[in-house]
Amino acid sequence: MNPVLRDAVVQMVPYGSRVLDLGCGDGAMLAYLQQQHGCSGYGVEIDDANVLACVKRGVEVVQLNLDQGLSMFDDQSFDVVLQIDTLQHLRNAQTMLVETVRVGRMGIVTFPNFAHWPNRLSVLLGRMPVTKKLPFEWYDTPNIRVGTFADFFSLAKKNQLHIQDAFGLQDDGVVRRWPNVRAATAVFQLSALNN
Amino acid sequence: MSFIVSPQSLSFDQPLQLQGGGVLRQYKLSYETYGELNADRSNAVLICHALNASHHVAGSYLAEDKSQGWWDNMVGPGKAVDTNRFFVIGVNNLGSCFGSTGPMHINPETGRIYGADFPVVTVEDWVNAQARLLDSLGIDQLAAVMGGSLGGMQALSWSLQFPHRLRHAVVIASSPNLNAENIAFNEVARRAIATDPDFHGGHFYAQGVIPKRGLRIARMLGHITYLSDDVMNSKFGRLLQEGEIFKYSTQEVEFQIESYLRYQGDKFSEYFDANTYLLITRALDYFDPAAAYQGNLQQALAKATAKFLLVSFTTDWRFAPARSREMVKALVANQRQVSYAEIDAPHGHDAFLLDDPRYLSLVGAYFERISLEEAA
Repeated sequence: MNPVLRDAVVQMVPYGSRVLDLGCGDGAMLAYLQQQHGCSGYGVEIDDANVLACVKRGVEVVQLNLDQGLSMFDDQSFDVVLQIDTLQHLRNAQTMLVETVRVGRMGIVTFPNFAHWPNRLSVLLGRMPVTKKLPFEWYDTPNIRVGTFADFFSLAKKNQLHIQDAFGLQDDGVVRRWPNVRAATAVFQLSALNN
Repeated sequence: MSFIVSPQSLSFDQPLQLQGGGVLRQYKLSYETYGELNADRSNAVLICHALNASHHVAGSYLAEDKSQGWWDNMVGPGKAVDTNRFFVIGVNNLGSCFGSTGPMHINPETGRIYGADFPVVTVEDWVNAQARLLDSLGIDQLAAVMGGSLGGMQALSWSLQFPHRLRHAVVIASSPNLNAENIAFNEVARRAIATDPDFHGGHFYAQGVIPKRGLRIARMLGHITYLSDDVMNSKFGRLLQEGEIFKYSTQEVEFQIESYLRYQGDKFSEYFDANTYLLITRALDYFDPAAAYQGNLQQALAKATAKFLLVSFTTDWRFAPARSREMVKALVANQRQVSYAEIDAPHGHDAFLLDDPRYLSLVGAYFERISLEEAA
């Protein structure tokens, strides 16, 4: 787990929160939140190896396909719902975004920012980018969509989500100036507008 | 060759009040144990069996070929439920036919074989009896209760009847109750047995006969529902038993699947008791912890304090993943610690007894966690 991303997320999560981590991978983030930040909760994962890894590290995990929705979880039943680099793998990213703020009082969404300048440069030169944040060739990437920091703003607006904070991340830390150009990772802290 | 085990038995004189109103004044329970109970008696794991299994969970009997326990791939030294770490108890349920008091035993009140007079027993009754066995073994709290199918229902019921006597419940390929289709399958099986002319209203023992026809049909039907369409097709497809041309007979075995089912039915009718089949399928039908809460499973599970692992199998249509998800949802809503795995296995309900490395390593990892908590 990238420590800059981890620290940025942990800063937004109130101590002792009940956390639902959508696409929790091997459970590293939740394990950290449990051990260092007094949190409890569950990860949601589809991959067998990741489910096993979670059980091994003592992270509660529920094996579900996120594309089937979050009917397992009640409205506002978690303090925080995480979508850490999950959105780019989802078929129904928009629905899942709405679900995230239905289930959680706060949603934290991160994803690779396709408008980061090296990506722009690469496309300008006629090739899809292969970078640290987007390390796959176009023909074998597990990401089924790419989007930009700026795109997410308009999606959030369209779905009447309240953006509590938004910034970019680079290896050396938080990017608040021109994140759509200067940051490889986009980070959004959200809630339902009517909260 | 597996490790060598031997069955034990304990008699109880304190009457057991049954949910259905009856009382068992005295009874005995057959059980087996594997591994060593540790000094603070905290490493015990109870394994609950399903319809046709028994207390013989793991290991083999001395000088008996092919006598491996029914969950020998799961339980044993170095296995997922590691008997080098855990003291594992398998117990045969009341009403069964493998040693514990059941319908083929003498009713002390009449001096005759119980037969159909054996009282109806429920999952809750079994759990009460299991708790008494633990009392006798000096075990206050189990590290875990584990079971598949009907055994999973017992593990769930443990967490509700004795929430403080277990730390973990491992509920595999199970359900919070049976749906109408599932009860319907049980009813067809029961009618097959009860309408067999050799059944004699359940008092066939005195007649020196066994309602084998009914048992065979019941088993054939059950067996179909424990498999998946895919696995049956890949194993048998439309293959013929003999040759490559039809016999054009309505009664002879034509397809391999027919031969297989007949064989399974014959085998079963040789060792399983007809009254036991009726009793155990009824216990399945009756189990419904949410019923006392107007069907609200979340409220029903509020009592459970154990940590849970649930596992289901994608092709299991008798105890479908959706039913496991209902339990997970209710536990999550109660903010209980729960993990859930949905194993993409082709084998239907039977998958819970088979060797799937994802399944076995997951359960193994969970028990590893239990034993680390133990040490902490």
